[in-house]
Amino acid sequence: MKVEQISVFLENKSGRMSEVARVLGEAGVNIRALCVAETSDFGILRIIVNDHEKAVKVLKERDFTVSKTEVVAVEVPDEPGGLAQILGHLDNEDINVEYMYAFFERSCDNAIILFRFDEIDKAVRILSSQGITILDGSKVYTM
Amino acid sequence: MIWNDDFETLPREALEALQLKRLQATVQRVYATVPFYKEKFDEKGVKPSDVKSLKDLQLLPFTVKNDLRDNYPFGLFSVPMEQVVRVHASSGTTGKPIVVGYTKRDIGTWSELMARTLSCAGIHKGDVVHNAYGYGLFTGGLGVHYGAEKIGASVIPISGGNTKRQITIMKDFGPTAMTCTPSYSLFLAEVARDMGIDPVNDFKIRVGCFGAEPWSAEMRDQIEKNFGVDAIDIYGLTEVIGPGVSSACLEAKQGLHIFEDHFIPEIIDPETGEALPYGEKGELVFTTITKEAFPVVRYRTRDITCLNPEPCVCGRTSVRMERITGRSDDMLIIRGVNVFPSQIESVLMGIEGIEPHYQLLVDRQGTLDTLEVQVEVNEKIFSDEVKNLERLEKRVEKEIKETIGTTAKCKLVEPKTIQRSEGKAQRVIDKRNI
Repeated sequence: MKVEQISVFLENKSGRMSEVARVLGEAGVNIRALCVAETSDFGILRIIVNDHEKAVKVLKERDFTVSKTEVVAVEVPDEPGGLAQILGHLDNEDINVEYMYAFFERSCDNAIILFRFDEIDKAVRILSSQGITILDGSKVYTM
Repeated sequence: MIWNDDFETLPREALEALQLKRLQATVQRVYATVPFYKEKFDEKGVKPSDVKSLKDLQLLPFTVKNDLRDNYPFGLFSVPMEQVVRVHASSGTTGKPIVVGYTKRDIGTWSELMARTLSCAGIHKGDVVHNAYGYGLFTGGLGVHYGAEKIGASVIPISGGNTKRQITIMKDFGPTAMTCTPSYSLFLAEVARDMGIDPVNDFKIRVGCFGAEPWSAEMRDQIEKNFGVDAIDIYGLTEVIGPGVSSACLEAKQGLHIFEDHFIPEIIDPETGEALPYGEKGELVFTTITKEAFPVVRYRTRDITCLNPEPCVCGRTSVRMERITGRSDDMLIIRGVNVFPSQIESVLMGIEGIEPHYQLLVDRQGTLDTLEVQVEVNEKIFSDEVKNLERLEKRVEKEIKETIGTTAKCKLVEPKTIQRSEGKAQRVIDKRNI
């Protein structure tokens, strides 16, 4: 029920993100989803890839600082109100969302939102009990 | 304008005879009253009676900053506490600052020396002095204050900070002289212009005494242009007395006259400790010969300069020291505060996860010094959440501020971006052109 996300520390200077993309590309790793959180001095690049073990290995070899975090992939109906419904369930139970980002998948009618929760297990339980579809990591990597 | 004609224009032979007499008295006193000095002398096998000529000063042991720290707070005082009417302390040291003391006579001596300093700049009774040196444990504020009162000038004890208010007071009170650090004066000029005031024409200031940090001839030209004043270099250090050790004269503005009837200067080779002749550059060493509460013998200042005995057009017969061009240790002076890279290092090493790969970038943005501490991110300190990294940056900044007393910016950088070195790490990149 959980998805492994890789976070990479990037200094705020040119070429860093393209370096990451190049390294992963050369290693045959495919990026499925990504987002960047930035401050004035640095950024944190968060990516979902098809082979997270390999990605961590090749990035570390290139002296990038990486860490892994578990996130939850939730199917959201691709229509107005889709997101509001999901967030409503979470609000009702006081579940805090650290961050989230969305992506599309060709083979799927719904949008997929990746959530980072403080209380990941509780969040998964609550969403499942409301009939929300949570995708397994293995599905997300290879969709 | 010479404050004390009798002593400031003494012929060399008379000055040297006076110095010897005072030196012998000082050496006897420290040997008898300060255990630290007795031990040091005994270790070297020297007795006070061995000092029979000024050259014999070279037989005596050196004193260094750590000796003062090791004897914190009052271990080097030569008089009982009841006779100490004032204490001061130096800025920016880890945990233990340098503490110094003054008897009533010492305060009188200091006021005399500051009166001489201000007179070197042509400041006299009737002048209004804007004193923006910090008042408090720092020797700058009160040092200038007592000197200005002694000459009968009108003092505005404004101290540091609150720059906009300072500008307003400069406009309204109309000071004719100013005293502060060189970089602060440029900052004042900038803020004044932002407020729509022209420092050259809207102020009545004609001269300024600047010190407490190193500054170049180029900076002096800048200050003179920015304020339309004569910029006079003044020098001192807490360990010796505070400001009032030496001062440039308005007449020549070439080197700083050392008040030799109170302090004997020497230039030594910083590696070997060998005394160097006039004209050669080396580390400046001072021996106080009139101070009572806190005398120092052969105190190594770590400042690099040379001595010039040429007679000066102003008529003062004392030797002049060139403006300080550097230090023999790695101490930095940032916005007038003494900072050792090792202090920053100990803060960083005290934070779990931070590796010893850091760099200090010192620069000058506009007129004020800036300090940036670059720290390499590693797996231990990396967090997936921005707020955690920002928290770390803020923690570093807070702890550094608490340790060194001035603000630094913490910047997280990628691993392996800070140059590794074979031998001594190049910790500091100082982009300032001093």
